[in-house]
Amino acid sequence: MTDWPILSTVTFLPLVGVLLLLLTREDGPYGRRNILNVSLFTTIFTFVVSLFIWFGFDNSNPGFQMVEKHAWLGTGISYHLGVDGISMLFVILTTFLMPFCVLASWESVQKRLKEYMIAFLLLEVVMVGVFVALDVVLFYVFFEATLIPMFVIIGVWGGKDRVYASYKFFLYTLLGSVLMMLAIIAMYWQAGTTDITELLKYGFPAGMQTWLWLACFAAFSVKMPMWPVHTWLPDAHVQAPTAGSVILAGVMLKLGGYGFVRFSLAMFPLASEYFAPFVFTLSVLAIIYTSLVAMMQVDIKKLIAYSSVAHMGYVTMGIFAANVQGLQGALFQMLSHGIVSGALFLCVGVVYDRLHTREIAAYGGLVNNMPKYAVAFMIFTMANVGLPGTSGFIGEFLTIIGVFRVNTWVALFAATGVILSASYALWLYRRVIFGALEKESLKALLDLSAREKLILYPLIAVTIFYGFYPAPIFDATRASVDLMVNNYSAALQAAKDLALNVH
Amino acid sequence: MTAETLSLSLQLSMPEIILAVGALALLMIGVFSGEKSAPTVTGLAVALLAVAGLWLIFMPADGEAYGGAFKLDPFARFMKVLALIGSLVAMIMSVGHARSEQLDRFEFPVLLVLSTLGMLLLISANDLIAFYLALELMSLALYVVAAINRDSLRSTEAGLKYFVLGALSSGMMLYGMSLVYGFTGNTGFDQIARVLSSETRHLGLVFGMVFVLAGACFKISAVPFHMWTPDVYEGAPTPVTAFFAAGPKVAAMAILVRIVSDAFLPIVADWRQIIVFVSIASMLLGSFAAIGQRNIKRLMAYSSIGHMGYALVGVAAGTESGVSGVTLYMAIYMVMTLGCFACIMAMRRKEGDSVENVDDLAGLASTKPFMAVVLTALMFSMAGIPPLAGFFAKYFVFVAAIEAKLYALAVIGVLTSVVGAYYYLRIVKLMWFDEAKGEFARISGELRLVFGLSGLFVTAYVLFGGPIGTAANAAAKSFF
Repeated sequence: MTDWPILSTVTFLPLVGVLLLLLTREDGPYGRRNILNVSLFTTIFTFVVSLFIWFGFDNSNPGFQMVEKHAWLGTGISYHLGVDGISMLFVILTTFLMPFCVLASWESVQKRLKEYMIAFLLLEVVMVGVFVALDVVLFYVFFEATLIPMFVIIGVWGGKDRVYASYKFFLYTLLGSVLMMLAIIAMYWQAGTTDITELLKYGFPAGMQTWLWLACFAAFSVKMPMWPVHTWLPDAHVQAPTAGSVILAGVMLKLGGYGFVRFSLAMFPLASEYFAPFVFTLSVLAIIYTSLVAMMQVDIKKLIAYSSVAHMGYVTMGIFAANVQGLQGALFQMLSHGIVSGALFLCVGVVYDRLHTREIAAYGGLVNNMPKYAVAFMIFTMANVGLPGTSGFIGEFLTIIGVFRVNTWVALFAATGVILSASYALWLYRRVIFGALEKESLKALLDLSAREKLILYPLIAVTIFYGFYPAPIFDATRASVDLMVNNYSAALQAAKDLALNVH
Repeated sequence: MTAETLSLSLQLSMPEIILAVGALALLMIGVFSGEKSAPTVTGLAVALLAVAGLWLIFMPADGEAYGGAFKLDPFARFMKVLALIGSLVAMIMSVGHARSEQLDRFEFPVLLVLSTLGMLLLISANDLIAFYLALELMSLALYVVAAINRDSLRSTEAGLKYFVLGALSSGMMLYGMSLVYGFTGNTGFDQIARVLSSETRHLGLVFGMVFVLAGACFKISAVPFHMWTPDVYEGAPTPVTAFFAAGPKVAAMAILVRIVSDAFLPIVADWRQIIVFVSIASMLLGSFAAIGQRNIKRLMAYSSIGHMGYALVGVAAGTESGVSGVTLYMAIYMVMTLGCFACIMAMRRKEGDSVENVDDLAGLASTKPFMAVVLTALMFSMAGIPPLAGFFAKYFVFVAAIEAKLYALAVIGVLTSVVGAYYYLRIVKLMWFDEAKGEFARISGELRLVFGLSGLFVTAYVLFGGPIGTAANAAAKSFF
């Protein structure tokens, strides 16, 4: 590749869209049209440009690629960007989901469309920024900055209890992250640098790792979210507009998982080893408990939100299994869940736009007059359950294998979650889609419009394609995952040798 | 004093001399041309402050003057420029409000210039006597301007309250100074430091130091010396409150930093526990007490108490990076505060009366989108959310705290910042989530300029903040 700064381009390209939007007027005859077109074009163009990252990516290189580094603020903090096998696909996931968010808001957002789109484009900037940042302070800046647009999106365009949900979302995640800020400062003070590539090589003393790990855990477990700090997620999901839920489930939750891989596991291996049983316990609890909770929900979005928490349980479990299968599975599960749960929220959005209710009881028998919708919803439900042949299967399967190699019991309990997820997801499907079409309000519903087909069909294609042929994902992540797992075991071995020598 | 040292002294204190002579001249102009001259005097006062500021920036000179009582170093220059900017902006903002707030008297700008002169002298004070005189010069003018709207009960009450409590704190401080003098035999900061580092400190000296610090904490409104702040902020005319929140805080923080990092540096263990306590108390009170406030000026008062707590985190570190953090914090704090007050002054109903209730901001995003965006950015910045300037202010003081191993202080600090975020969010919520109840009148150009620049500063700091950070680092090198 040339030395064109492609990562900066992808990160800040949506800002061009923001500038264009600032110049448009919402109230003119073509006002809405222009705003939608500008936003859609910006997000699609950003996605296309981001594909060049994947094309230019060297799968055999485990280190950071397309690195950009400039001095920033004159205080040792640097503007340092780069991607490796772990972060690269998350960038693509983010840019891939954005056009769908714009399309999903095509008609459902009626007020303040311009501000809405600006908030989404800004959100895209900071989310991509999180994944490409190679400086901890820069990472933190992007990580925290996601709160501002999301707070506004939930609060302005959300449902009935939007204020409560937006406050809870903001304060909950802020509380977790400020502790990480102290950890970042402590890392800087200990290692004398904020450069992630340097910090990855720096072996923190064992005692310090524990504290740093805990502080980072506070931030990432809330963001992920892990049981028992997941309570903000159902509220935020239910109240957020459809596109907001898609981004929350599709990308924001992955910030936590990415943080676990990049920081907790890679920088604090000793503490990760020490806390692994703790994480396994929480993950298994999350998988079983939130699956049970999901079963009893009366609100479709809330059900999917709880199922997200359960699926994130597989991710945390896979990450802290700290072997190749677990880590590969966790990364794959995150990418797959990003697409599948995003698609499920889009499916909910389709019926919500027609009926303006999310109550499961209000639906039933949709298969009679919405056959195409029923098929699409079916595929995503199956992917959510983890049916072989969909992308959901591969991630769950690999994480369970990974954790099986470490702890059989955890694997056993986690596997029951697969059954539970089948029960709540299929039950939801039955109640919404099957049965007799009796309710008057449902009889006039039309099947998917062209725009909705445009949203759902590509997602179906991606879900099934990666269910049968996951190789492109694994090829990209393999080298970096191998390197990380090797470093991890080397660090543990070194600590053991040291302990032996002392005795 | 020889002619040579005198001319050197005059040269170093030229900005102060400009202000002193200028204030007297302005007084003459005002007295001889009567009430009508207020706009002219205000314009000339703004020019005076600008000249003093430009002199400081373009004629850099370091050294001690007047036998060591006055010191000009990079730190003093940075803080002086800040204080001048604060006073200048506050004065510009007062123009549009002169009539409605009864500020259209020529005494008002003259008093502000005199108070600013006090701030500059305070920042440069290198001797207990100079410290006290400068503080009184600054404060006496402030007492008068707090009560300048003499027909308003609230304003006179604010002035009286500020005066009584201020006089009490001055008295305490003077007592402390006499103790410090008694136990060290010196009034100059450098000499005190020399005495303290050569012999074990006496308990009586610690007493004196506590009183001196208490006086300084009163001026920066740190807990437990904060009681006057909400009442004075609320009671004083809004342009005056803006003035209070900017320059005097900067100057008082500067002298606090100077006295602990210069005179009392050898007994860092003694003053650190005081500062840590004051800092924690301020952060806690600033974040919790603000939650229940409905009046936006009172809310800003508690917010400023909290911010002083964060700035003190850097002071407590007692290191070069700590001082650098405080310096940067004060710069960013002042810009944010001025922007907020510009927005508060813009809260005027179409009928012409100013409103101060937080709920009056409801639905601002639909009626005045630009002001809403700026105020949102300022609120998030005050809450310390990146990528806005307020985050970097907090970041650097916490870096200093961690370096100095003040872990508990840092943890409490970040946790209270989450509590503080709650009430800043409430303002954002009102502006964006709620429906508008009424519309504000057209915003005057100067207010729009001030909050526009402030908003630009907090958002663009990530791009262009480097030189400010570098200047703060250079300023911190003055002490270590």
